Amino acid sequence: MTDAIISLKGITKSFGAFKAVDNINLDIARGEFFSLLGPSGCGKTTLLRMIAGFEMPTCGEILIDGDSMQAVPPHLRPTNMVFQSYAIFPHLSVGQNVAYGLRKDRLARSELDRRVAESLAMVKLTGFESRKSDELSGGQRQRVALARALIKRPKVLLLDEPLGALDRKLREEMQLELRSLQRSVGITFVFVTHDQEEALTMSDRVAVMGSGRAIQVASPRDLYERPSSMEVAGFIGKMNFLMARLIGSDDDRILVKADGLGQVAANGDKAQLNGAEVVVAVRPEKLVLHTSEPASGSRIACHMHNSAYLGDRSHYFVQVDGLKSPLAVSTQNADAIAASELADGADLWLSWSDDALLVLPADEPEN
Amino acid sequence: MNTVAIIVEAPRAGFWRRWLMRSEALRGYLLLSPTLLVMLGIMVIPMVGMVVLSFWTQHAGNTFDTTLTLKNYTDAFTRDMYRILFMRSLGISLLTTLFTVLLAYPMAYFVAFHVKRHKMVWIILMTLPFWTSYLLRVFAWKIILGYNGAINSGLISMGVISEPLTILLYNPTAVVITLTHAWAAFAILPIYVSLEKIDRSLLEAATDLGDGPVARFFRIVLPLSLPGIIAASVLIFIPTVGDYVTPSLVGGTDGYMISNAIQFQFARGNNWPLGAALALSSMVIVTAIVLVYVTVIRRLTARIG
Repeated sequence: MTDAIISLKGITKSFGAFKAVDNINLDIARGEFFSLLGPSGCGKTTLLRMIAGFEMPTCGEILIDGDSMQAVPPHLRPTNMVFQSYAIFPHLSVGQNVAYGLRKDRLARSELDRRVAESLAMVKLTGFESRKSDELSGGQRQRVALARALIKRPKVLLLDEPLGALDRKLREEMQLELRSLQRSVGITFVFVTHDQEEALTMSDRVAVMGSGRAIQVASPRDLYERPSSMEVAGFIGKMNFLMARLIGSDDDRILVKADGLGQVAANGDKAQLNGAEVVVAVRPEKLVLHTSEPASGSRIACHMHNSAYLGDRSHYFVQVDGLKSPLAVSTQNADAIAASELADGADLWLSWSDDALLVLPADEPEN
Repeated sequence: MNTVAIIVEAPRAGFWRRWLMRSEALRGYLLLSPTLLVMLGIMVIPMVGMVVLSFWTQHAGNTFDTTLTLKNYTDAFTRDMYRILFMRSLGISLLTTLFTVLLAYPMAYFVAFHVKRHKMVWIILMTLPFWTSYLLRVFAWKIILGYNGAINSGLISMGVISEPLTILLYNPTAVVITLTHAWAAFAILPIYVSLEKIDRSLLEAATDLGDGPVARFFRIVLPLSLPGIIAASVLIFIPTVGDYVTPSLVGGTDGYMISNAIQFQFARGNNWPLGAALALSSMVIVTAIVLVYVTVIRRLTARIG
């Protein structure tokens, strides 16, 4: 990447024999909303803390805006952080908290007040200057932490699961707000989360992490549509996996013989596949249920195993001959088939478009 | 008749029970009552006695003239000797408090922030000297500071001095040194607790916002540990003003404090009312100083930021 604000070069962090972060090479572009996504213990927070300077990498180098951060202590780095616990100073008012980082700039009182008011307005807390931290709700504390970090106009804002402590409704509100705030200030955000939906909603790009490694770095759409491994595919959304054997490939399609489906053509990256044993992955919403056999296209007979009604959608599990476990199918209830025709045990047909299937290497023993 | 008696008694028991259950405060006081009785017996009643005594006059032959008079208080506040003793006591206590907090703070800070494991062992080790008697510790300082003591003989054997120094013992400095050591544990513990309570992410947040270690200490750690500092200073200042063992053992005549005068009035001086007046005056002065101190500190912290 030509315009990288952060460059991670071979970053490794070991605690004794345990590698929390394992050889990460990553460029984050200027003005990007970048998420580090992964289950707890995958090293995402450690990586964020190394960018902030609270941890030193065991080996590797971090560049921020082209400058090596090797010898730069955390208080001199052009980054600011929103902590998971918000870390609002309890002995200071909201105004003093927000102004905290500006003391070194020796601004005039009026200029300081103006900057604080401006920063609080940005997070919709105008007039909260004299409140104490114990008079704030969780959402408000989060906004104060945000205003306090942004007032320094950092090159990079680091956010460590800032929405984790909020309830669902507030969290969804803050996701949109953070996203539009990031666009308006134009600062690079590096956002750590274990919530895949949150990462997909907000980010320009996401790095999916597991066991200290960056498994895949891509845009939310690519992560969802073209995951590079079963690990990513299983972590982001729901996915059906079918064991399959490689048969051959033409220009951009791969031919496989998949359990239950027979010989099918699928998308995939040929270079990634090693060996004849592969996996065919298909998203539940890309499978379509029919009560009678469709006239054309890829299709297969099946029967209903069981179903779950989720309001806007329904989840169905259908049994296909030759498959050990049922396939998950997700349907929008707006174009639903009448419930009476989808009773458990009903004979149905399943169809899919040519683009629905994806071939992945079958090298994930955990799954 | 029996039936009638039962009918009368039953609702009454219920009444008491209900009355008790209704008032949480009452139950609280009931629970406290053994302690309250002891406090009343050994604190409140003797204090009232002291107050009354301080307005009497004592004649030779241990008879009291119970006519109320302010003479003891005018003596306590106008006689030069008492004024000097008051000022000296306050001075010694303030210096002791200051030095104790200054010495205890780094120790507490070290254990709170730099010791990762076995913190309790460190705390116990630091308070280990306080497992011996107070008197023994004061005597130990007498041995260290004395004419043929550890410091003098050490300096002589090194050839730094030829004659033992006499300025070490029997003066206010010796009292301050001894008291500072004697009360150190009372400063380390509250300061340690208040430092330990500080959320570590606040320190990281301060660093993240551009504070180096020194700025961070003065803007975050110090203000947040103030409750511990206040507790430590009050715990040390109040009892040291009234200490008379240390000054009488290591203070010499220059190191006498107000409590030595109070003790003298109750013993050889044989003027209990004056002793009571001195003791009460000392109490009022100390209370006033502590109140001013706490208020000022609170005001100051509100302004840090």
